[in-house]
Amino acid sequence: MLEGEDRARFEATVLPHLDAAFNLARWLLRNRTDAEDVTQDAVFRAFRAFGTYRSGNARAWLLQIVRNTCFTWLRQNRMAAEFMEFDETTMPQESENPETLALAGSDREQLTRALESLPESFREILVLRELEGCSYKEIAEITSRPIGTVMSALARGRAQLRNSLSQPASKEARRAV
Amino acid sequence: MPCDQTQTQLHGYLDGELDALSAANFEKHLETCPGCKQILAAEESLHRSIQQAGLYERAPQSLRTSLLGNSKQQAAVRSFPGARLSPWRWLAVAAVLLLAVFIGWRQLQSGRGPGNAQLMAASFVDAHLRSLQPGHLTDVQSTDQHTVKPWFDGRIDFAPPVRDFANEGFPLVGGRLDVAGGKTVAALVYSRRKHIINVFVETAPSESYWNGSGESQGYHWLTWQQNGFSFCAVSDVAPADLAQLEQLFLTQ
Repeated sequence: MLEGEDRARFEATVLPHLDAAFNLARWLLRNRTDAEDVTQDAVFRAFRAFGTYRSGNARAWLLQIVRNTCFTWLRQNRMAAEFMEFDETTMPQESENPETLALAGSDREQLTRALESLPESFREILVLRELEGCSYKEIAEITSRPIGTVMSALARGRAQLRNSLSQPASKEARRAV
Repeated sequence: MPCDQTQTQLHGYLDGELDALSAANFEKHLETCPGCKQILAAEESLHRSIQQAGLYERAPQSLRTSLLGNSKQQAAVRSFPGARLSPWRWLAVAAVLLLAVFIGWRQLQSGRGPGNAQLMAASFVDAHLRSLQPGHLTDVQSTDQHTVKPWFDGRIDFAPPVRDFANEGFPLVGGRLDVAGGKTVAALVYSRRKHIINVFVETAPSESYWNGSGESQGYHWLTWQQNGFSFCAVSDVAPADLAQLEQLFLTQ
């Protein structure tokens, strides 16, 4: 078990990256409520595993745990998720987040949909790079992939994102039905 | 003209991940390749849209509260409606509550809880800001660690580890005495690509360790401990640069 000093260290080292953890979970799970549960779960796992963490990049360390927790969750809920994929009500519920309301705009909505429609492997790398500002090296560490794979996934993910943004909205809507 | 090889380079270039030579080569390639130029422009425009759209979603207050805040127990229970929880998740809830209670208890016990880490960091950032005022940066100005280190003799009751990391891109600029968190500390001054980094060094009894990294008033700070000393680096450079400096200290 963690000693007192380790607990204080956890709270000062790992918890400052709570926003990063939540943001990654939110984009992987495409849902704020699930992201909140899974982030909490991931922080708890991180706490249990903190004995193995000594120093280094605490954000990358936590995000790695968050990512794995998300994928476990997604696997467990895959059946339900695939079913809901075809349900229009799973479109991002902007009203959940008051910050979102203030920023509501077609760009944001369109980008959110485009990003959420990317395959997970591209989406996570794009979120880590574009939203979290991680370096290639950090992304490689978090996703346990070689840097070369990170680079090509970034290239392909961005191309796909540009592609779906240039599609007319009607086509996107038809696909969602 | 298809140029597969430059396709991945383009993204490295866009993300500032290419070394200087590769970046120069890629720029040379751009001049002769309208295709890559076009893609680069499209990627830059996409990048700008993403940045401007504000897609980053911060952790909701309920999550923060249940992990950190006051009235922790109630908040944690509220955010876990029973129906959605499998039994093993209750274990997680119990552990988080335990952690929350422990954090609260620890804060009562010792003066240096998480709020205090923020306070400590703020006092180091203030000291950093003071040092940037004209004439305040160094008491002893030298790039030679063998000049800076002896300067502290007799001025402070410990011998701070002074090293020059010029070869690694962090040249030593000098040192001075400073006061932070009510204690006299040694400040080692480094430069990093025209930016100033202050590394504050104090002796740290183990019960007063405070740890972590963060941002305050636009400045990044990072702390670490070694050999009974507590270090706090403050600067406007990227957090990654501070982490690199930390590694230099820890490994040399």
